Amino acid sequence: MSLSLQARHLACERDERWLFKGLDVDICSGEVVRIEGPNGSGKTTLLKILSGQLTDYHGELIWNGEVMRHVREHFLANLLYLGHSPGVKTGLSALENLAWYQALDGQRDNEAAAWEALESVGLAGFEDVPAGQLSAGQQRRIALARLTLTPRILWVLDEPFTAIDRHGVAALEAQLVAHANKGGCVIVTTHHELSSSPALRRIQLG
Amino acid sequence: MLQPETAKLAPGLKPHLKEPSENLLLALKATLKRDLVLMLRRRGEVLNPLVFFALVITLFPIGISPDPELLAIIAPGLLWVAALLAALLSLDSLFRSDYDDGSLEQLLLAPQPLSALALAKVAVHWLLTGLPLALMAPILGIMLALPGGSYVVLAVSLALGSAILSLIGAIGAALTVGLARGGVLLSLLVLPLYIPVLIFGAGAVQAAIAGDPVTAHLAILGALLAVALMLAPWAIAASLRISING
Amino acid sequence: MWSFIHKLGSPKWFYRISAKLQPWFWVAAAGLIVVGTVWGLLFAPADYQQGNSFRIIYVHVPAAFLAQSIFVSMAVAGLVFMVWKIKVADMAAAVMAPLGAAMTFVSLFSGAVWGVPTWGTWWMWDARLTSMLILLFLYLGVIALRGAFTSRDSASRAASVLAMVGVINIPIIKYSVDWWYTLHQPATFTITSRPAMPMDMWLPLLIMVLGFYSFFIALTLMRTRNEILRRESNKRWVRELVEGAK
Repeated sequence: MSLSLQARHLACERDERWLFKGLDVDICSGEVVRIEGPNGSGKTTLLKILSGQLTDYHGELIWNGEVMRHVREHFLANLLYLGHSPGVKTGLSALENLAWYQALDGQRDNEAAAWEALESVGLAGFEDVPAGQLSAGQQRRIALARLTLTPRILWVLDEPFTAIDRHGVAALEAQLVAHANKGGCVIVTTHHELSSSPALRRIQLG
Repeated sequence: MLQPETAKLAPGLKPHLKEPSENLLLALKATLKRDLVLMLRRRGEVLNPLVFFALVITLFPIGISPDPELLAIIAPGLLWVAALLAALLSLDSLFRSDYDDGSLEQLLLAPQPLSALALAKVAVHWLLTGLPLALMAPILGIMLALPGGSYVVLAVSLALGSAILSLIGAIGAALTVGLARGGVLLSLLVLPLYIPVLIFGAGAVQAAIAGDPVTAHLAILGALLAVALMLAPWAIAASLRISING
Repeated sequence: MWSFIHKLGSPKWFYRISAKLQPWFWVAAAGLIVVGTVWGLLFAPADYQQGNSFRIIYVHVPAAFLAQSIFVSMAVAGLVFMVWKIKVADMAAAVMAPLGAAMTFVSLFSGAVWGVPTWGTWWMWDARLTSMLILLFLYLGVIALRGAFTSRDSASRAASVLAMVGVINIPIIKYSVDWWYTLHQPATFTITSRPAMPMDMWLPLLIMVLGFYSFFIALTLMRTRNEILRRESNKRWVRELVEGAK
């Protein structure tokens, strides 16, 4: 068996309105799963549930065959979530931003890895610049550097292509597929059309 | 069941199997450092409460009377009320920027307990707001003709008390962080809860002036701090989880 | 036990059972309050110190009791909602808050009115009145916080957390205010703490207290039923109910 995330009869009610009901999701190693649906169909809410942020849902989430609520710490230690907002402090440089995330991940003083990660997202030369002086796309790239920096199996990405240029989009897409091919899994929402690949699967909402 | 077949996974992608909490100390240190650096880079935000404190204290002799004898009577209460309001002023920004830039979501998803990480943020708030206010209060005490012998008690009671204020205030800040205009609401929520701290804090200074023992007051403040340290982090964590879903 | 809790938690079931209970509490409330009022105002003996003005106790004390009990019930309902996700508990908490604030106001107002013959002034910083005033602010905070959220789910949780934080603080506030009062005011005469009341003064008070509690339960049941209909207006059972009534 490989790593898996399953949702059984998932339903979410927001202020007396059902966003979705009876949703069954099976996500395994080696997959890129794209959540599709019109605005307001609950894509972000579903991602928040699947990443363990929202606990206010009906149904059951199963992580590696165990009820997620019981293995939450183990789940979080294997999860990398990038939300709508990149989670980058404008007052800190790219390196300082990454240093905090490294510490949360349990990595001790590994600046070399951070340099490498920043280079891989095309931010070489911007390591010490306060993030507030960088463009929106560059700030997003700091967040994306965590994909390289923190090796986690499950990636949950909410609109990761926002503000990224065409070249960066292609590189990120390749990175997602490469992650799946290495045995990881990716759950993603995006308005950008992903080029088809055997790893890609779609879940339609709304 | 937590032993997946790792053969399929490339090296570097091995699942974490150990409990991540052993890294808690590392994460706490990094969070403390990050918040300290951020605040010290925006020195204005650190100085504003102090200037506000001095300004409010200036208003009272002008508004009431410059008579030193009258000021000496009301000085303990004035200093405490003004310090309390100054500490309140900076509270709204405690989680606000983290909420706006998405760091708060990441904090919530860190494998470490959220209550501990939030406590680190509260500690930074106290270090850069409560503690400076406590150190500055004796100087303003001179300006209000605060009787001698009470200056140390003033600083100690404020240092202890402001830690409780930061902890309780953080609950309010966490509850209102998702609201666009939470500032006034925040004061409405936390000021009633501040009253016991004000009573024992100002009471300690008054007791010192009267020549009474102050250990009882300070001990009660210490006890309140212990209770706040035990309970507030859970309330802060629960409130942050509510706000992030707002 | 478990199935009972969940059954009680189903709005539909609660709506049906409360319809049966409600009239009894209304009858009890009306009967007790009428008996208590007539007895207290007409037949109980006048106080040897305060004459007839003491009779305001028959409103002041029940209102003050209720003001505090409602806050505790609200916090318990909040806890039930947070732990078992029972929506009816939150609906009850939501309708209790304004009622509790109103009762706090009644007890404050009757205390102020009582102050005129007793102290010769409308307001004294009496320990009980001060605690009540702080309680009023706590209520206003809970109501304001609930109103500030656009999402009802978040509003419910935030109000629950704040009510629980408040209920932990109420005894601390009460104790510290009492302590503050004895320190600053020579304990002359507090309006309600009095040496053994004669039986024929005390019995009508007990009847009034029970009457107020019945009134609170009846009103909460009624308003919770309205809240259920409002929040569940898109559920099939409510629509059938409404159509059946036409």
